[in-house]
Amino acid sequence: MFSGWSFIRLGTILVYVFMFAPVSVVVLLSFNSSQFGSFPMEGLSFRWFVALWDNAAIVRAFQTSMMLGALTAVISTTLGVLASLAMVRYTFPGKTAISTALIAPILVPEVVLAVALLLFLGAMGVPKSFPLLLAGHVIFTLPFVVLVVQARLVSVKREYEEAAMSLGAGPIETFFQITLPLILPAVLAGGLFAFTISFDDITGTLFWKPGGVETVPTQIFAMLRNSISPEINALGTVMIVVTVALPLLGAAAARRLSRKQ
Amino acid sequence: MSEAAGISVELKDVVKRYGAFTAVHNTNLDIEDGSFLTLLGPSGCGKTTTLRMIAGLTSITEGDVLIKGRRVNDLPIHKRNLGIVFQNYALFPHKSVFDNVAFGLKYRNVAKADAAKRVKDALELVQLPQMADRMPSQLSGGQQQRIALARAIVIQPDVLLLDEPLSALDANLREDMRIELKKIQHTLGVTTVFVTHDQSEALAMSDKIVVMSAGHVEQVGTPEEVYNSPASEFVAGFLGNSNILDATVSDAAEGRAKLDVDGLGTILADTGGRALSKGGKVKVSIRAEKLYLDADGEDDSSSFSADVGTVDYQGQVARYFLTVGDRQLQAINPIDDHPIAEGKTVAVKIRARDCVVLPA
Repeated sequence: MFSGWSFIRLGTILVYVFMFAPVSVVVLLSFNSSQFGSFPMEGLSFRWFVALWDNAAIVRAFQTSMMLGALTAVISTTLGVLASLAMVRYTFPGKTAISTALIAPILVPEVVLAVALLLFLGAMGVPKSFPLLLAGHVIFTLPFVVLVVQARLVSVKREYEEAAMSLGAGPIETFFQITLPLILPAVLAGGLFAFTISFDDITGTLFWKPGGVETVPTQIFAMLRNSISPEINALGTVMIVVTVALPLLGAAAARRLSRKQ
Repeated sequence: MSEAAGISVELKDVVKRYGAFTAVHNTNLDIEDGSFLTLLGPSGCGKTTTLRMIAGLTSITEGDVLIKGRRVNDLPIHKRNLGIVFQNYALFPHKSVFDNVAFGLKYRNVAKADAAKRVKDALELVQLPQMADRMPSQLSGGQQQRIALARAIVIQPDVLLLDEPLSALDANLREDMRIELKKIQHTLGVTTVFVTHDQSEALAMSDKIVVMSAGHVEQVGTPEEVYNSPASEFVAGFLGNSNILDATVSDAAEGRAKLDVDGLGTILADTGGRALSKGGKVKVSIRAEKLYLDADGEDDSSSFSADVGTVDYQGQVARYFLTVGDRQLQAINPIDDHPIAEGKTVAVKIRARDCVVLPA
């Protein structure tokens, strides 16, 4: 009666429940009208979202996170595309070592990376600042961009660029006219990765952020230390929307782009 | 000065090395204005490397490349004014056919209206005027190749470089494109360098063929010269089906030589101006279609007899695999009613003028 398949099916369902039940609890409770952020639910209400909007600290944290994420995405993507071009299109001494170093931040535990950067800049006498925080985020989002863009660039044949150059386009024109449009889906995907990873990050951010600056995750962390306010549920829901909806939108845009070709 | 001599492209002592490996050995080549020159050879012979050095896609280790009399070694590709057609077309997949063809005109300060007219003319020349708004992915392989050609010629290049442009097409289309390509080249009068490993393409299209092997130029000549008077054993073996035999000179006089071929006996050969000394070792090359088989003939002095082995029937002609003693020969003869049956003994006739004497 119980075949192997039904066990696998059951197992799969349990894994999904395990993964998504806590998330859905947060989303569900963010609409609870009760004073307390817990079951039973008393009624449907948007009051906690309104409360979020009225909480200046949270709005500031949200702005900081958005700014940080956007800048991280732009810088990481730019550097990542340049690095990928170098890795895929050119040969130079020490290429393997540089390639490994570029990917390494994924492999090194984030705490170690966080402490290392802090100690390094401390030794150099550089104080904590927003640019430092941004630099940290760029370091550990860069590998994702490089991996995604490299994979795409490998599949873009060299002949397209050679053809463009033979027709009179210089190297920079060739990049913007030919190479960039052809790798654009991967560039967008890489940028979205960078944004969501930066937006979500707490470990590195806790180490690197200067005093008085909070991102959404560190703000939630701070709020949790005092009390479990239902506002946190609402903030959690907003974060889920930003980090899930944005990549989905991006993926849809990328698919449309590549279909046009 | 080269302009006056009517030379479009000049290679002077050009060498290409990759580390310890020499891809192209010391090569000298003059390509005349408006001519169609083919670099022919098996894969890895250096023909594509040579083309890429002319294009500026590959750097030159030694020597000079001159285009229109101007040394271009250090001139980047986008300033050389060349049209290149790649094996896999390399049409920009994100641009329409019109934008693909118009691409090169953007960098040549051509006014918009003028550019549109030139694109239209180029598309008409390749007989695809109605395709301007399509995307490359909506075209067949043959159509893509025509668009790639239009894109390369619309900029009025000094030299048109074709890198195996036909090899991705299927056989029928390839023959049509071959004729058309030659026609277009003739109409425009553009100096063309064509790279192929296909001897029939080379023979049909070229004004001049450069046969290459292992990084060396084996022979430069008109299609007839390389086919009928191969300069080396490699050329004789690469073009068409040839029988290449070891021989000893038994007598030489006045452009004629008597050659002793092991197992076949004595044959007469034209020396083609080559000085031969008695007793010298040579090779003699005889094309398969120059072995005349006679099923009923008597074995006279100028012929020898052979046994017919496998018969490869090809419609108008048949290819016969012959055995003479322990020696294998190939013959291609027109078919008269029926091909000669397997197992028959035939008389084989060879004319002296069809025997090409090569150094051993």
